[in-house]
This record gives sequence, structure tokens and C-alpha cells, in this order.
Amino acid sequence: MAESPLAETAVAQPAIGMGEDLVEVKNLKVHFPIRRGLIIERTLGWVHAVDGISFTIKKGETLGLVGESGCGKTTTGRAIMQLEKPTAGEVLFEGRDLVTMPKEDLRQNRRRIQMIFQDPFASLDPRMTVGGIISEPLEIHQLLNPKEREEKVRELLRIVGLNPYFVNRYPHEFSGGQRQRIGVARSLVLDPEFIVCDEPISALDVSIQAQLINLLEELQDQFGLTYLFIAHDLAVVRHISSRIAVMYVGKIMELADRNELYDLPLHPYTKALLSAVPIPDPVIEKQRHRIIMQGDVPNPANPPSGCRFHTRCPFAKPECSEDEPPLEEVRPNHFVACFFWKEISERTAPPLAVN
Amino acid sequence: MEPLLEVKGLRTEFPTREGVVHAVNGISYTVMPGEAVGIVGESGCGKSISALSIINLVPKPGRIAAGEVLFEGKNLLTYTDEEIRKVRGNDIAIIFQDAMTSLNPVLTVLTQLTEPLVLHMGMDMAGAERRAVEIMEMVEIPFARTRIRDYPHNFSGGMRQRVMIAMALTCDPKLVICDEPTTALDVTIQAQILDLLNRLRQDLAMAVIMITHDLGIVAGLCDRINVMYAGYIVEKATTEALFANPRHPYTLGLLRSIPRINQSRRVKLIPIDGFPPDLTQVGGASCPFQPRCVYPVERCEAENPPLDPVEEDHWAACWVDVYAEAGKERVNG
Repeated sequence: MAESPLAETAVAQPAIGMGEDLVEVKNLKVHFPIRRGLIIERTLGWVHAVDGISFTIKKGETLGLVGESGCGKTTTGRAIMQLEKPTAGEVLFEGRDLVTMPKEDLRQNRRRIQMIFQDPFASLDPRMTVGGIISEPLEIHQLLNPKEREEKVRELLRIVGLNPYFVNRYPHEFSGGQRQRIGVARSLVLDPEFIVCDEPISALDVSIQAQLINLLEELQDQFGLTYLFIAHDLAVVRHISSRIAVMYVGKIMELADRNELYDLPLHPYTKALLSAVPIPDPVIEKQRHRIIMQGDVPNPANPPSGCRFHTRCPFAKPECSEDEPPLEEVRPNHFVACFFWKEISERTAPPLAVN
Repeated sequence: MEPLLEVKGLRTEFPTREGVVHAVNGISYTVMPGEAVGIVGESGCGKSISALSIINLVPKPGRIAAGEVLFEGKNLLTYTDEEIRKVRGNDIAIIFQDAMTSLNPVLTVLTQLTEPLVLHMGMDMAGAERRAVEIMEMVEIPFARTRIRDYPHNFSGGMRQRVMIAMALTCDPKLVICDEPTTALDVTIQAQILDLLNRLRQDLAMAVIMITHDLGIVAGLCDRINVMYAGYIVEKATTEALFANPRHPYTLGLLRSIPRINQSRRVKLIPIDGFPPDLTQVGGASCPFQPRCVYPVERCEAENPPLDPVEEDHWAACWVDVYAEAGKERVNG
């Protein structure tokens, strides 16, 4: 405890990617219309789900994307996949913009970008066999002959820790953890380079979550995968990510390397978020000072003016509701969108006890 | 001091076409007045059903097959429907996970809050309304006086859960059962609700049973913890002892499998292999955790270990000295 938090971060640096940018998101915006009326539809307003965010994902790394429900993290993942059409901005994959790319090029590139979905009960077609689910992308892209496809499916089942004899079974015969393994196998069948993991473990039980986390880490090492890991569980995100971006009502509030973000959070929202997570250690829990934020997350259809967080920020000043703070690099690789991060940090202790 | 609640050998089962589902298999524990007791376990371990059994709310076709539930010395399981209804909401209240499905969507919060006051406490409508507003203020709902006339859907998730807590508090219960009260909420809202529950518990001196899968929540809130697996309590201890010195391989496995938010070193997680058993198959001779256990011995298959004391105020259902086994691993590797 006596040691300064700055000294702690200098010790252990996480595994960072090779330095080469694989994905670059530039000023991405996704707005959804709010429509009323049956025959004549009128647009009453817009939900600003993602409202101008930029970040890069380096080859071989895992970028964690955290935030509360409705902050736009899932929409960001879907917009990168081009499952949601961005209202504005660019999504560069190896330097080429997926948003403006011709359809056929996009289809070819989709092979290299895959997604693992949150709900293993909703994301697998109940009327298809496991083999059918896993090999469907191969059929769509007309790769391999039927015999090779079957071999590939068996190999993938082995890789994700399922029995290869399961090919002819149906999803309902499996538990949640096993279904999620099927989802992982399906995402791997086209040998992708980049996988968007959208809350891949939040539907699973605690003892099963660790199995999936370990599997995702092993696959990353084995195939050199790059992940965008979307989650709300801050402990899991710290464990799996190399860098982490914190989102709030459509904006990125803070982005830093994993230990830097958790040991030295600079944005008041990140501080409050980290201090809210219960730690499974009664000794630490007794000593912790918790920042209890007032109120609820604002409605993204009517986001607050200026800084999105000013309505709940315990340190807000009048200028916070007028101007929007830009996301600026304030320490090496540490970006914060707050006008007063410096004085706030001097006044508050880091929210997690430093061992 | 006499215990407020004493559960003895409680057994709840569900006859189904696939066989009898043994949801709760002879569990025993006590709750002292004002104490917070955690029940932790994964989905399907029987933690919710064990709590519903206390106030005889087990859904059909479930039935309580054996055991006693002594509340202030009286066995609630022998009560008639009429008698148990007087206990429910009056002496014992329950807060459910999903406030949207537990509140009646077509009645205002006012109607729902005053109903128990009129029925259980015999208040008149004006008095009940005054009291209801007071309780809304106690759970820190802003503009309580006007908001009380709103319907449940007018409230946000966190506020709705506060309404649920308000409903539970209407008749000054001695015991509040919280069944995953914050699982559906965001982490900052969860912190608000847990903070509120903790303060209310101290101010009102009520006992709490906290049912959750989150070890972090019980670590901060509870005095004692029961760990459940496949309908059994496999470990029972004070919160400090359970986290410092887990004596059941399942508890140890859970603690090893969760990533720590306060850990800068990246360590490999040690998952618990396999998955929880089919509850129609438990209740036999063998230990239900044995197929997933990392320290199995021959005896585990033949005999299900009883919940025996391992040290003062600490019980575990295991034939193996987990503390010694885990110690060996520390030395060797």
C-alpha cells in the first residue's frame, strides 16, 4: 500500500501485439432511427448508440471493450463486422475501408473476420446438426470438398475440446459451455485472423467461464488470432486483454494498457466503475472505499451535452456540460477524455488496492 | 441468543417424467437475528429452491420431502396456507432477481406497496399511503411522493429493484431473503443497491439471506456463507475462514477459476473440469462432486461425505484434507 501506484505499473507490462495495426476504427458513428407510424413512418429521433469513436487493434493483441449496458459496445462490434451499417466513419482492415468496400470484396474479407456471440442458446440453429453449423461457412464460401469439410469439422471439434463423434448431434443436446465451444469452432472454420467476441462467457456459470477463457487464450496462441473482446465483467477483461477501452453512452472515456488502466485509472467514470466491482476477498472488501455514483446511465436517444458523464460525475464543473472533452494521450499509450483528470487524480486514491 | 431461523435436514424434490429431480438434499443451517448469511452456488445447485422452501413457495410439482424450518422456534412447514401467508411479507420477505416480472405491471407502485400494509398491518388507506411514501424515501427513490403513483415500467432497472426492496420492507420483516437481487443490473447500479441493502440491514437490524453466484458480493456483505453444489451444502463457514482457508475442493475450485480484478500478474485460470451433474442422478451413495474433483479417493465413490466440522465454526463435506492437498501443490509447484 505504501508504494506509489505509478511504481507498480512500471513492473509488469502485458503482452502487446506485434505493433502492426490490423483494425483501425476512425470516428465511427452508428445512429438508429426511432420510428413511429404504421403506413407513413416518421423518424422522431435518433439513438446515438455509437457516437464518434476511434481506436486501433494491433495484430495478435486482445483489445477489451467494457462498459455498462446500452453504452454501445455491442453495436461497435457489429459495426466493425458490417452487420450494422455505420452512419459515419471508417473501419479499416489492413488499411482498406470495409464500409465503402465493394460487396464482393467485403464477402471475401468476411472470411478473415468472425464473431462469437453472447447467447449460445440463440446463436445456434436448433434444426441443424453440429456438423452442419460448423461447416456452413465453408459451403457459403465454397471451400473444400465434402470429405475435407467433414475432416475439418472433426478437427475443430477436437481443438475446442469436444468429442469428434458429436458431429451429428443437435444443439439442444449440449450444455451452455459446450454450445459456446460449438460457436467458437464455427468462428474458426474459415481460418480467420480477427474475431469479435461479444460477451462470449457472460451466459455461462462461473466454473465454466474459466474453461472458455482458457480456450480462447490457447486458440489465440495457436493461431495468432487478434480479438476484440466485448464484456461487462471487468475482472475477466483485465485477465484476457492487452489493452482496454472504456465506453460510456456511445463514447470512449479512457483507453490504456491493461495494468495501467486498472492500477492508475484517470477518468472519474473508470474509477467509479472499478470501485463498484465487488472483490472476492473479505479483507479487501472491508478496507475499500467505494465511489457510489448517483443516478442511472443516460438515455442514448438524448445524450447529455458536453461530457457524457457530467450528469453522474462527482467532480463535474459547469464547463463539463458545455464542451466535450477530447480523448487525449496524457501518458504514454494512455488516453483520457476528461478536462480535469489531473486534479481529480491528485484528490482520489486508486480504486483497487495495490498489493 | 436463539437463532432466528433454523433449517434442519431440508429436502425438496420435483417429480418429473424423467425422474425425481433432487433439488435440495437435506441441508441444515441457522441464521441468527440481524445476521447476513450468503448462499453461493451455480445455476441449478438448489440455492433458490432452498430459500423458496423456507416460506413454502416451492413451484409445482415440487414438494418438500423432509426436514424442518424453525422460525423463532416454530416449524413453518407445519403451517396451513393461511398461517404461512401471515408470515410471508410480514416476518419474512423476499426480493427476487427480476423486478419486472415480480411486480404487477398493471398496478401502480402505490397499490402494490399499500396492499400488505392494509392486509398484514391492518392500516387504513391514508396511513398506509403515508407509510409507503416513507419507505420509498428510505430506499432513496427521488420524488417518492409523486413517483409512487407510477407503474413499474416507468422506473429504470435500478429504481425498480429499489421498489422491490421497498415492498420487502413494508411490514418490518425480521428476515429478508434476497434471491440474486443485483444479477440483472449494471455494476454501478449493483453497487448502489448493495450499499443500500447493507445500510438498511444495519439500521433496521434485520437478518438477510443473500443468494448469489457472485463470490465478490458475499465477501463484502455476509457474516457467514453456505456453499451449495447439486443440492447439498458442501461447505459452511464464516466469510473470513471460507476465503482464507477453503476446505471443500469445489469452493477451492471456484476461487481458483475466477480472474481477479486486483491482480496485475497474468496467471492462468484453473477451471473446474466437466459440468454440474444431472439432478435426477444425485442423492445416491457417492459424492456428487467426485466426477469433477481434483482430489478424489476411493471412498468418494462409495460414500457421500457428511458435512463435518473441520475447525471451529467451519464445516466441509469431504473425505480429503483439502488444506493439506492444496498445501502440497504450493510446495511442489
